[in-house]
Amino acid sequence: MGFIHPYDRPNSYIGRTLPRSRAKRAVAGRGRYTDDITPPRTLHAAFVRSPYAHAKILNIDVDAAKAAPGVKLVMTGAELAEMCTGPWVGTLTVFENMKAEPQYPMAVDRVCWHGEPVVMIIAETRAQAEDAGELVLIDYEELPVVINKETALDADSPVIHANLGDNKAWENTLGSGDVDKAFEEADHVLEETFYFGRHTAVSLESRIVLSEYDPGTERLTIHTSSQCPHMIETVFAQTLGVPEHNVRIVAPDVGGSFGLKIHTFGDEVAATAAAIKLGRPVKFVADRLESFVSDIHARENRVKAKIGIMNDGTMIAAEIDDLSGVGAYSQYPRTSVFEANQILNITFGPYKHPNYRAKATVVYLNAVPTSQYRAVGHPIGISVGEFMMDWAADVTGLDPFEIRRRNVMEDDSYPRNIGSGIPMKDLSHQACLEKLHGLMEYDKLLAEQAELREKGIYRGIGVAGFIKGTAPSPVGYYGAGGARIAAQDATTVKLEPNGGVIVALGVTDQGQGVDTVMEQIAAAAIGCDMDMVRAISGDTDAIPYGGGTYASRATAIGGEATYQAALDLRREILHMAGILLQTDPENLDIVDGAVVDEGSTDARIPLSEIGRIGHFQLGELPNDYQPVLSHTRRYRLQDSPYIYTNGIHGAYVEVDVDTGWIRHLKHWVVEDCGRIINEQLADEQIRGGCVQGLGGALYEHCIYDEYGQLQNGTMADYVTPMMSEMPDIHVGHVQTPTSESELGAKGAGESGTGAAPGVMMNAVNNAIKPLTDGRVTEQPITPEVVLKALGKI
Amino acid sequence: MKAPKFSYVRADSVDHALELLDKHGEDARILAGGQSLMPTLNMRLSQPEILIDINRLDEMKGISLDGDTVVIGALTRHVEVMNSNIVAEHLPLIAEAMPHVAHVAVRNRGTIGGSIALSDPAAEMPACALALGATLVVQSSSGKREIPAEEFFHGLYETARAENELLVEIRYPSQKKENVSVFLELARRHGDFAIAGICAYGKVSGNTIDDMRLVYFASEDRPVIGENAIAALNGKTWSDDTKEAVTSALENDLDPMANLHGSSAMKMHLQKVLTGRAMDAAVARAGGAS
Amino acid sequence: MSEEMVTVNMTVNGEAVTKTIPVRTHLVDFIRTELGFTGSHLGCEHGICGACSVRVDGDVVRGCLMLAAQAEGAEVMTIEGITDTGEIADLQDKFVERNALQCGFCTPGMLMTAAELLAQKTEMSREDIREFMSGNYCRCTGYHAIVDAIESINNERLKG
Repeated sequence: MGFIHPYDRPNSYIGRTLPRSRAKRAVAGRGRYTDDITPPRTLHAAFVRSPYAHAKILNIDVDAAKAAPGVKLVMTGAELAEMCTGPWVGTLTVFENMKAEPQYPMAVDRVCWHGEPVVMIIAETRAQAEDAGELVLIDYEELPVVINKETALDADSPVIHANLGDNKAWENTLGSGDVDKAFEEADHVLEETFYFGRHTAVSLESRIVLSEYDPGTERLTIHTSSQCPHMIETVFAQTLGVPEHNVRIVAPDVGGSFGLKIHTFGDEVAATAAAIKLGRPVKFVADRLESFVSDIHARENRVKAKIGIMNDGTMIAAEIDDLSGVGAYSQYPRTSVFEANQILNITFGPYKHPNYRAKATVVYLNAVPTSQYRAVGHPIGISVGEFMMDWAADVTGLDPFEIRRRNVMEDDSYPRNIGSGIPMKDLSHQACLEKLHGLMEYDKLLAEQAELREKGIYRGIGVAGFIKGTAPSPVGYYGAGGARIAAQDATTVKLEPNGGVIVALGVTDQGQGVDTVMEQIAAAAIGCDMDMVRAISGDTDAIPYGGGTYASRATAIGGEATYQAALDLRREILHMAGILLQTDPENLDIVDGAVVDEGSTDARIPLSEIGRIGHFQLGELPNDYQPVLSHTRRYRLQDSPYIYTNGIHGAYVEVDVDTGWIRHLKHWVVEDCGRIINEQLADEQIRGGCVQGLGGALYEHCIYDEYGQLQNGTMADYVTPMMSEMPDIHVGHVQTPTSESELGAKGAGESGTGAAPGVMMNAVNNAIKPLTDGRVTEQPITPEVVLKALGKI
Repeated sequence: MKAPKFSYVRADSVDHALELLDKHGEDARILAGGQSLMPTLNMRLSQPEILIDINRLDEMKGISLDGDTVVIGALTRHVEVMNSNIVAEHLPLIAEAMPHVAHVAVRNRGTIGGSIALSDPAAEMPACALALGATLVVQSSSGKREIPAEEFFHGLYETARAENELLVEIRYPSQKKENVSVFLELARRHGDFAIAGICAYGKVSGNTIDDMRLVYFASEDRPVIGENAIAALNGKTWSDDTKEAVTSALENDLDPMANLHGSSAMKMHLQKVLTGRAMDAAVARAGGAS
Repeated sequence: MSEEMVTVNMTVNGEAVTKTIPVRTHLVDFIRTELGFTGSHLGCEHGICGACSVRVDGDVVRGCLMLAAQAEGAEVMTIEGITDTGEIADLQDKFVERNALQCGFCTPGMLMTAAELLAQKTEMSREDIREFMSGNYCRCTGYHAIVDAIESINNERLKG
């Protein structure tokens, strides 16, 4: 009988909503986050950070600080540099012509952003370290500040890094077809400029390292709230000159990450260097104020967009010109240019337009360095593309759903490339569009909107379709680009003597439920109970080398590795059972944790017996048979550079046209992440992602003044979404399994964040349309922005 | 963000607290609810030598009705004010404002006296005190002073309270049954500091505005009475024309401070909108047609 | 200035404790580092995020805005304590079932605040729930599942 995939079996764990075991600990206050761990004699780090955006360091006087109560070590950037193998240079070969200045973990001669760490204090308590920090005297000579991306490349602009010649980090152009010719042929050419504010992640648990070094064994152990423990292992080993195989990274419970925690930070290297120097554990917790000026920033872009459309609504050409304002250095190792590149790749991505040109210019600014943050570039590109689609609808007299129907790639038209040259397959734009139309009860909303307009109540309906790149392959960026970041992943699946199964993962869990999803996959693939399966993740001593969780890759890539490893274990169990039962393994199956005759449910050998015999009672097996009962599989994409997904958001808002306040009444998402393992977990990732995206759409903005000073670096002033203002979010799915893997799962974690800003902007513009020709073309969409669009101020 | 070192003493009586204030002057800070002081300490924006914890001073707690006056001890927690039947019945303006004051956990500790003594320009309680013509009672080792609200709020975090004085009590004239009050504020998120706010209190007969007081907060560096707006309002019939005149006159009362949340022009616009809405509501509550 | 110390006495999760600590220690640092109850978390230390929510003399407060010294003689309950009493066992189970948490960092604070809301024993709309809980920040869930869980338990409790 042919092999039936476990996900096609009745009552499979794959596709079932099940609760997470980590959740049971967390609700009881038994979560174990890095700050909950304090080995004996732990010391604490605090940093003196630059008050200036750009300045020479003339002199540092640490004498008083060194003598302060509880202080064990005071270290300057120059002293730290001596403990490192070299500075970081945030370039990758895949980004040709990229320029980056070498960066030391703490400033040496010059500070280049408000908040850059300059001096580290190690003391018995954090409070004492901060007290001593106030005694450090630093003489600075202020230098000219570059903070405006629009003028950063002017001939008379100051240059941040003289070695680089100018402030340009990178420039790229891509596309296909002949846009200039198409614009000439178009019935309408529409142009607009969009502005996107700078964001920061604001994970509730901030960045943290707890570093310990044992000089006897030369072992470095770091507990840290990271999404990518193996990458931390590789980078920290390389930077601090500790052999990589001697480094252990443990990511315990992680209190939120969102891409912030895939990066490496100089202050964390510094604290680790202190642990090595002192031979005592050193803990560094980035407090909330310093998080605002040290966590990676993202999203600061200005995009000019131009489309050419025909009277029937067909878009025949699209062009974008993106100006990306990053920070003072290119973040190591993932660089700071990736977001701009993604904007080029995915803008207008759902559509068929045969002509596309996209240009990005990335410039350095005296601001916090930027890098990947949830949905990288997609919030910007999708906002631009979907605004232009709605405008095209207005101009051609079509409904926003109809214009998208006319332009999206057909569900049966794959494989095909989109305008940016990226291959697409297994997408479902049409199916998602129609499903959203139904879920929203669109016609009812239209009628309600019209009725309320008569009464002077202005509601807006927005839609925003998208593509989202998930689960990158080693081609291009990761690996081939030179970064020692794994794009493959591995899982080891082992049978325990009692018949339990351990699933050791290279991917990691920050609460989205990766552990549980992998347990479900393994249990389904093997044929045992979920209760008998336990995932281990986050500890590099206990897991196979992997990339961790980023770019929505865990289920797609880690899941396939888990699936294949579990199937390998299954095969071995059946092989062993075949020997013990003198039966052809082809005629055996595993159901509910026991080997059975295929088609039967009568247990012939429980897995606990296989475990017992395989580990202890080997005499029952032939002499030449060595059971392994532990299988590791690696998986990486072979065909595409990414597994692309698609979906579409809908939003219904009410705009108070006198005050500019927006009430978000309802939100919908229909998305296709391929085969869903645990629907509740997928839904919740979408919901959380939406609200995070809405934060950027409505509230969040790192505001810099002309001196490069961050003005709003507190949680009172940097505004993130709270419960009262957020809507209920209805989620629907279409499941088109990816042909990249047997499991067929794609990524889902960023689809909420990617399109929520675009749908909000479209909904607001839809609401104010009857009252004004003005449009909202910037984010965050504050009341001021709305009032200006309405012409009220 | 750990607080800097400071000395700490618990006052066991009002007199004790006053002695300590005399002794330490500007080196001391009063610790009541701590909801405003503790963030500044944790962020090291404030580095006092000594904190005087007054939370034990029961004589400064409580809400009572003294004839036509509602007396609220300065140390009364926001949550008690919010749940008080006396306040609900006799100070409906404050009852309407209370849900806007921060959040549950902050209201459980924060005190009404603390809010008024701090006088944050965007705070609700100072504005309500001004709108209702409250009297602030401060005490020093030399004795008590009673300061009308109109003379209490001087500027950004600056009040008439001297460094060696403690705000002990706030006395509010009970809102007259024939009067109406309206509280409105605009904030980006529930519980945030207001971006624009208005307290309206006074007498409306049908559609005629007899005598309203309009107090604006989150615009200037302290709550202000919109004198020009009021002049254009009182004695008039409420109508679109009156609204136009009042909001126009308001431009002579307010020159809102621009900040992270908005330009001066936007905040002025919002206060005009709130004025119109507050008066619409006032007229409606007084039983008139709007 | 030297580090001024204070001896504090209070009841935490039903047990009397006495410790001598720097007077500038706030309540949550005290609970976490002196007593080892790490269930209460620090997210901002300036009173905005609610991760530090604990119960003092029956009221939910922001533990980062209270000196441990101010809790002298008080009864303090943290997430560990109210888990042991079973006071919100139904809500905790519902949070797990509904996945009303992801990273779990905001969860103890959410539950402490929700416990106070449910103690009101009154009908409430989703808007009422959202307003009451509006001082607790979550970055993972988008809040919808949290509202579902609280609404569900409130309905169950009012019925039963």
